[in-house]
Amino acid sequence: MSGDNGRHARRHEAVSRRAFLRRSSEISFAAAVTVTAGGALLNASEAWALDVKGLQPQTMKTLILVARDIYPHDKVPDRFYAIAMKSYDEKAAADPTTKTQIESFIASLDGAAGKGGYAGLGWESQRVALLRAVSNSPMFETIRSGLVVSLYNQPEVWPIFGYEGESYSKGGYIKRGFDDIDWI
Amino acid sequence: MAAKFNQNDDSVVVIVGSGAGGGTLGNELAQKGINVVVLEAGERHEFSDFVNDEWASFTQLAWKDARTTSGSWRVAKNFPTLPAWIVKAVGGSTTHWAGASLRFQEHEFKTATSYGRIPGANLLDWPITLAELEPYYARAEEKMGVTRTGNRPGLPGNNNFKIMKAGADKLGYKECHTGNMAINSVERDDRNSCQQTGFCFQGCKWGAKWSTLYTEIPKGEATGKMEVRPQSHVAHIEHDASGKVTGVVYFDKDGKEQRQKARVVAVAGNSIESPRLLLNSASSKFQDGLANSSGQVGRNYMRHMTGSVYAVFDKPVHMYRGTTMAGIVRDESRLDPKRGFVGGYEMETLSLGLPFMAAFLDPGGWGREFTSAMDGYSDMAGMWLVGEDMPQETNRVTLSSVKDQYGLPVADVHFDDHANDIAMRDHAYKQGAALYDAVGATRSFPTPPYPSTHNLGTNRMSANARDGVVNKWGQTHDIKNLFVSDGSQFTSGGAENPTLTIVSLAIRQAEYIADQMKTKTI
Repeated sequence: MSGDNGRHARRHEAVSRRAFLRRSSEISFAAAVTVTAGGALLNASEAWALDVKGLQPQTMKTLILVARDIYPHDKVPDRFYAIAMKSYDEKAAADPTTKTQIESFIASLDGAAGKGGYAGLGWESQRVALLRAVSNSPMFETIRSGLVVSLYNQPEVWPIFGYEGESYSKGGYIKRGFDDIDWI
Repeated sequence: MAAKFNQNDDSVVVIVGSGAGGGTLGNELAQKGINVVVLEAGERHEFSDFVNDEWASFTQLAWKDARTTSGSWRVAKNFPTLPAWIVKAVGGSTTHWAGASLRFQEHEFKTATSYGRIPGANLLDWPITLAELEPYYARAEEKMGVTRTGNRPGLPGNNNFKIMKAGADKLGYKECHTGNMAINSVERDDRNSCQQTGFCFQGCKWGAKWSTLYTEIPKGEATGKMEVRPQSHVAHIEHDASGKVTGVVYFDKDGKEQRQKARVVAVAGNSIESPRLLLNSASSKFQDGLANSSGQVGRNYMRHMTGSVYAVFDKPVHMYRGTTMAGIVRDESRLDPKRGFVGGYEMETLSLGLPFMAAFLDPGGWGREFTSAMDGYSDMAGMWLVGEDMPQETNRVTLSSVKDQYGLPVADVHFDDHANDIAMRDHAYKQGAALYDAVGATRSFPTPPYPSTHNLGTNRMSANARDGVVNKWGQTHDIKNLFVSDGSQFTSGGAENPTLTIVSLAIRQAEYIADQMKTKTI
């Protein structure tokens, strides 16, 4: 990522967060992302894993790792993957069937991984091989298709990718670099 | 003052839908003093209500009622309940469209003659010519304020365009510019000029892009001759013993059944909903649906050959800044069968925000190949490839076994690419990638078609009643006071974005309807 992107990240972080808080009630995917509004901004996946209501802590921790292995972005901290997956814990708390489905999905990955389980496999490629083997299962597709929205639709993630989000309130880009390319 | 008509008033023209076709037809008729009731399934959101947020806007504007899909197209696999990305709101898809306003080329009105016999393609010449439509194209361009027509200046080029232009020059393309756009390059018609905000697909919060929502509709309402009823979902069209249509039955915002009588009914619900409505209006007299003696209602569904090429560079681009469709290369839109296909295609810049890029770059994709592409987001340029696809009888909208919230059968959209579509897409992918390679792209992505935005052809125009659903005026061959006023009239799709042609046909149709009413023919 270029230095240019870094500048945007700093400039828009505060704005994005405000915009997010305002918007969160409007979007249908709010369940997946509103947890940021709770103020829990701990960085460690451990903290997220302990803060469970429906799933086993170790299941939540593995689920967060599964999310990262599906959409690995090395500059995106764990907390955003945790936010993206938080809805599964809530669904599990509300619905025993969902809880069983998720617990057994993770248990089957652990079983396939052998001693040490899924999280014990050191290389991403080893874990991805296990995911590929189950990639046609409905549970994997549910997780992946939910994640592609709940991860990339977090306004706090956008600056990491150099995406600036909402621009109308800033007058668009007519005076803010819509044609600023200088290398072509 | 907007009018308010009695539901038993059988002197009104009822228009189903308020987008490019319905919204324009409504205003044109109202300007001529004809009473019009526009029934729109969606809500009315004014442009200040639009949101610069892709998923939130999708939730606000998109048609999300149930639909089903079948066929070998990838959309059926990745987005089985979302065959089309179109709008359910006052203004229809003119809230969402990019604004590209191109005239069809002469040969595109006579594909059977120009292309010859293409196996599997149900080609037919339009019953009108470019020359006949030219005056209406000019009026539509004036109405919509299309750039680079009528002495209106072009829009300035953004970063995404600058890359396209540099690549086009390197490849030797001759016709590359910032497009003929129904987006104000200067203040005009009491509307702002473009502020290069991006989010054209999410509704223009400046009102700089033409939409019937804040042009045709308020102008029509101001005559006191037009009433727009939002959240009015038309279930079926009624007729009398002679076969003449007499009104429509619709569900209001509370789900209550209502009936509006009519002298004339014009259907403008887009190429998926319009045939669905005609098919759902089947009666003992018209057992295969209204206006369907040819059996062509719902058939010849076209969605344009589409695809996108995104490419990553080693330096920043920020393609999402500014006009979404900021430029065009037209050189490949010519007819030149030496390329291995008939018809042509346009190359038009396009950008998606990060959330939609994730959803559409490679639907279903995951892992490092996918995420390393996403990591290049801010260094990415993009273009949409849009060309003429072949009408095929088997590509069609039919009634599904699935029912909607009103208990009405929903539309099933079946689509298979024609070999010509595939050959054209392969060529377009190659040219798009070559254009970006020429300016130093390090990696490019041939992105598959999105859910359809250009839905065409399912009630097509024909000279002969045997071959199509409507005549050269969009009047159904079978029922004199029943009209079709949207892109479903198209006999073939052309390479060009369809809205300008839909608006031109609506202006022309309004003259015909007014004339026919005056002479009491309808």
